[in-house]
Amino acid sequence: MIKKICKWALASAVIALAINVHASDSVKVGVILSTTGPAASLGIPERNTISLLPTTLGDRKVEYIMLDDETDPGVAGRNARRLIEQEKVDVIIGSTAVPTSIAAAEVAAENQTVTISLAPYIPTENQHPWTFPLPQTVAVMSESLFADMAKQGIKRLAYIGFSDNWGQAWLADIDRHLIKHGLELVATERYARSDRSVAGQILRVLGSRPDAVLIGASGTPGVLPMSTLRERGFKGVIYQTHGMANQDVLRLAGSSAEGMILPTGAVLVAELLPENHPSKRQATEFVKSYESRHGEGSRNNFAAYAYDAYLLLNDAVKRIDGSIKPGTPAFRNALRDKIENTHELAVSHGVVSWGVNQRSAFDARGAVLITVKDGNWALVE
Amino acid sequence: MDWFIAGFLVQDGLTAAAVYALIAFSMVLIFSVTRVIFIGIGEFLSFAALSMAALQSGNVPATVLLLIGLGFITFMALLWQAFIGKNTRIREQLLIDAIKLIVVPVVFYFVLSFYAPMRGNVLIDITLILLLMLPFGGMIYRIFYQPIAEASVLILLIFSVAIHFSLLGLGLLMFGPEGVRTLLITDVNINLLGIPVTGQAIFIVILTLVLIAALWLFFTRSLTGKALQATAVNSRGAHLVGIGSHEAGRLAFTLGIVLAALCGVMISPIATIAYDTGFLIALKGFVAAIIGGLYSFPVSALGAILVGIVEVFSAFWASTYKEIIVFTLIIPVLLWQSLNGKHHH
Repeated sequence: MIKKICKWALASAVIALAINVHASDSVKVGVILSTTGPAASLGIPERNTISLLPTTLGDRKVEYIMLDDETDPGVAGRNARRLIEQEKVDVIIGSTAVPTSIAAAEVAAENQTVTISLAPYIPTENQHPWTFPLPQTVAVMSESLFADMAKQGIKRLAYIGFSDNWGQAWLADIDRHLIKHGLELVATERYARSDRSVAGQILRVLGSRPDAVLIGASGTPGVLPMSTLRERGFKGVIYQTHGMANQDVLRLAGSSAEGMILPTGAVLVAELLPENHPSKRQATEFVKSYESRHGEGSRNNFAAYAYDAYLLLNDAVKRIDGSIKPGTPAFRNALRDKIENTHELAVSHGVVSWGVNQRSAFDARGAVLITVKDGNWALVE
Repeated sequence: MDWFIAGFLVQDGLTAAAVYALIAFSMVLIFSVTRVIFIGIGEFLSFAALSMAALQSGNVPATVLLLIGLGFITFMALLWQAFIGKNTRIREQLLIDAIKLIVVPVVFYFVLSFYAPMRGNVLIDITLILLLMLPFGGMIYRIFYQPIAEASVLILLIFSVAIHFSLLGLGLLMFGPEGVRTLLITDVNINLLGIPVTGQAIFIVILTLVLIAALWLFFTRSLTGKALQATAVNSRGAHLVGIGSHEAGRLAFTLGIVLAALCGVMISPIATIAYDTGFLIALKGFVAAIIGGLYSFPVSALGAILVGIVEVFSAFWASTYKEIIVFTLIIPVLLWQSLNGKHHH
């Protein structure tokens, strides 16, 4: 019996070795995602995407090694170290949340390995050369909102947002745009996600006679100010953030959501995009493959970030000289250079360009303005 | 600030106050009988609202599964006490308890799965949800507090914190992170001296007033109410004259949780309720209860009005500091109470 087990162990070791030797030609991609912990609702769709990805990167074979960081920066850092030192990966995708991404990027930069983060933040000087955060920043998303305000001739803007860092980020962003767009911020109100009523704040907002109200909220708690505004007879435009682009919001808001305007990534409205939209093909392809596996309406921005990370790597690896073997510092350097030279690459969320000094992936084409018409999402003309 | 704004804020504040008052009542009730500061009360408010929403969208609320689970655990605990602990009194009652703890929740599950697909009347929904929330108080008390009934207030509070967090996590698991709204009981809107007031808000205020009267009658006129009152005043003395303190504790928890559930189903048509909303409402109810010294129902009601009014006016003038202002109310009250030196526990 024991002999038999030894035989099996030996045989499988030989096979494993053989696979390993063979795999030295393939690119090793380390993936760190927060599939458990507070960011799990974002990390799980990302993991779902990874399991759908092709087995080739450029013309080379690819091997994905996926680890969970439990939404814990400490674990994310350890995972990055393990991927680099033990698994000898060529590149890391991840992580899901901002703190975990920063922790992974720090370790990767130290070891001269590229990280493509699925959370938006600005890399430090040390991380900068090796770190590429993918998602749209608040600035990219808001740009399209302010452009729409200018188009509609809005002068008096009121703001009501969460009393947390999401609300603060949007308020800071408004400040940057006021002078540029000739806007006047006539009211600034705060509320908490779990508030029962915002009657006081809304009366204050209405008292300032705004042309439009921007609500700095996300998810279903963002419905309350909107419905209160409409109940109190507010006729102006209501702007929301991209945190509101989900089905639960539509269900809860009912008719009060009619006409609200918000930015989002292109995948949410892939079918509605005009044919000449740069992301039309990528977004539709992604939605089709994701929803055929995970069900109708399962698409979301986070799953698409993971897909876009693949498209970016695919494009960069294609441009690397065939004689450079994966698993070597030369390959990692070449990959870094090619990623940094990414220019006008259409992915599902928009168009990505990076440069020596540029780490914000998307420009205004990374945001699509949508509204609600007869209870359904529609593109803003 | 003109008359309209002030009037509108006052009506919003009074609606909130009615809810805080009911929560304060259940906290005072539970505390005075069992010395437990039961902050998990807010979760039951959320559960009731979320269950109601689930029922109205044609689903069986996950709360009934929680009920089946808790019933099962309670029964196991009883079995343990009956056979390992050789408690003959429990052994005699075992059959009745099996029906109450195992059979009734399961029957309820089938009733709900039969009722959910055929959309009934809002009032039937409310009745079903209140019935669903009814057994929780007894179970929670039996599992968690009865074994440590003699422990200090601090240990009981630590238990409450643990239960609060477990319920919060379970709430997220059962209902997901997003908020809900339920159907209005009445969609009448009236104009009171030029101020628009929703029928639902008036309904809430009237219901609270009725409940205050009912509670007063219960405590002063009925034997059970007097027994609760006696346990609250002096638990050992009540025990000596034949009032079971555990029975009183279970009753207090049952009443408290039903009051919270009632709040949940009342406000969910006019406020978005998510799994974690109840906690904040409970904290504000707690501030009101503290103002009442955790023993006085009428002073708690006044405290609730104060909290509600301060909340809306601070939301109007300084929304960034709203919560700070509301929770700071507790400091002068505590100062006054400690200087007065009357401790009621």
